[in-house]
Amino acid sequence: MTGFPEAARVELRDAQLRANLRLATDTIRAKRGRAVEELPDWEALRAAGRAIKERTLERLDEHLARFADEAERAGAIVHWAADAAEANAVVAGVAKRHGVAEVVKMKSLTTDEIHLNDALAAEGIHALETDFAELILQLDGDWPSHILVPAIHRNRREIRDLFARTIAPGLASDDPAALAEASRRFLRERFLGARLGVSGANFGVAETGTLCIVESEGNGRMCTTLPGVLVTILGIEKLVPTFADLEVMLQLLPRSSTGERMNPYTSLWTGATEGQELHVVLLDNGRTDVLRDRVGRQALHCIRCSACLNVCPVYSRTGGHAYGSVYPGPIGAILTPQLVGIENAPTLPFASSLCGACAPVCPVKIPIPDLLLHLRARAPKKPAERAALAAAGAAFRRPRLYRLGQRLARRGRRALRPWTTTRDLPPATRSFRDWWRSR
Amino acid sequence: MRIGLFVTCLVDTLSPQVGRATVAVLERLGHEVVFPAAQTCCGQMHLNSGYRGEADRLAARWERVFDGFDVVVAPSSSCVGTLRETYGVEKALELSELLVGRLGVEDVGARFEQSVVYHPTCHSLRVTHVGDAPLRLLRNVRGLELRELSRAEECCGFGGTFSVKNADTSVAMCDDKCAAVEASGAAVCTAVDGSCLMQIGGRLARRGSLPRTLHLAEILAAT
Repeated sequence: MTGFPEAARVELRDAQLRANLRLATDTIRAKRGRAVEELPDWEALRAAGRAIKERTLERLDEHLARFADEAERAGAIVHWAADAAEANAVVAGVAKRHGVAEVVKMKSLTTDEIHLNDALAAEGIHALETDFAELILQLDGDWPSHILVPAIHRNRREIRDLFARTIAPGLASDDPAALAEASRRFLRERFLGARLGVSGANFGVAETGTLCIVESEGNGRMCTTLPGVLVTILGIEKLVPTFADLEVMLQLLPRSSTGERMNPYTSLWTGATEGQELHVVLLDNGRTDVLRDRVGRQALHCIRCSACLNVCPVYSRTGGHAYGSVYPGPIGAILTPQLVGIENAPTLPFASSLCGACAPVCPVKIPIPDLLLHLRARAPKKPAERAALAAAGAAFRRPRLYRLGQRLARRGRRALRPWTTTRDLPPATRSFRDWWRSR
Repeated sequence: MRIGLFVTCLVDTLSPQVGRATVAVLERLGHEVVFPAAQTCCGQMHLNSGYRGEADRLAARWERVFDGFDVVVAPSSSCVGTLRETYGVEKALELSELLVGRLGVEDVGARFEQSVVYHPTCHSLRVTHVGDAPLRLLRNVRGLELRELSRAEECCGFGGTFSVKNADTSVAMCDDKCAAVEASGAAVCTAVDGSCLMQIGGRLARRGSLPRTLHLAEILAAT
């Protein structure tokens, strides 16, 4: 993975990207603010959300077993996948058994995390993205840069040109309704012919074996109901113990993500009905390792609302691609290094100015700045940096050495790049302590 | 009141005038200010850079150095935030917290005849929760014209070693802050953190902009 600083440098050159991001994140932020403000018990809801997640992770093994039992009792076929390869093999196997060459997919970060589309393509199976934004990205060979608004970095003129080149020859208007209509015409045909659907899930209810998705467009409901066969891939941390817990989560999620009181479509399904086939893949892919770290595991509380992205001053400058992961922004900076191993993403916990704007908007109260510090302590350091910080520490513990260091810092100030490449330093004067002694 | 001064390593080395102004304001109000010469750093740089062990040692050392004091003031909310929120040192107060919250003073008898814009720093907003204490102090400065800053609560991009490790992103953030300061038309941008002001001031100077940066203490010390 390219380091964040280098990847960010490339993205920062794109002024259009920054303007698109600014406009979009400002709009969602304002909507979220209004949706949260009108609830007098918002803070109590956040505390309840956090408590549910803590309780779930504390006994995740039991909740998983219960979920699997109940789902099977209701007619689902449950698969356990330790990693991406195992999960992808399940989907490919189902597709082959049913002889399908195309699957219809709803928007799912979990399937992006395991690179399902690439794995299916390698087996000669096409995975069609049916979410409006995901379709845009797929048609253009691009990838998501935001958890909730995957094509946030694209504007409607770019989208009109893309559609005119691909699914809607001759499309002239960049009016949002016209763009939506073009995708609807293209997708309806494919939905009606689809025999296999693939979905992620926002929540799984352990006591009933129920799956739950929330969405805005209705394509998810098409994917989960029209084809005779459905494969749902669920990260193991997505469970809640009881049906009543959903009541809390379904208030927290839409208000935090789209700034709506309730999202347009909420689908719940338990097992399979006569003549249909439901496969549920319970995906680990590094989550059990995260669970071992009692501080770090709080990142698994995330319900993927993206409120932290929309308030992050780093994210709004660099966009999501700089994070090199399907989980960008502040939550990505604490989740990705834990899922892939911190040695594989050592710069991500440092991709924050620790401004703290993210923590107050997190619906399940993940203390993101604390986790950034926790992971920074675990991150591998370059030998030169380690030596410099060790020297600084030694000086800070010995005032005489510290004074020598002060003089060197003032004299060697020209060497203080990369600060001085872009910023001036205050003019050199004698230190405060020298002034104090002389007064 | 006898007040310990923790000047912070950054102010001590790079912005000593902020320390001198802090002393001037408190002495003018009749307080005794004491500067223990053994002080160095609170440990924040090590903590934020992922060296928790060294940070713990420096924080413990800080507590020994300031052992005899009931109140310690620092012209920096981020250092106070580290001491108070991470290490539970309740006696550490940022200057405006001490003045407004503890001493109940909103008018320090200052005169400063220029237009000023106030940048609420991230740690003063979200870690030490200083609220509007700095603004109350500024509103009572004679001759001072307070201007509005757009997107005031957004980070300036300093973030300690972030400003060096992620220099490009840091400067992109700072450019937006500088543009907001310039658009305010103010002659001076002030804040309660010298580190953020070093970032904003350093970038404003490089942009060739007119506004200069002054720490809140420097404005309050002016007569």
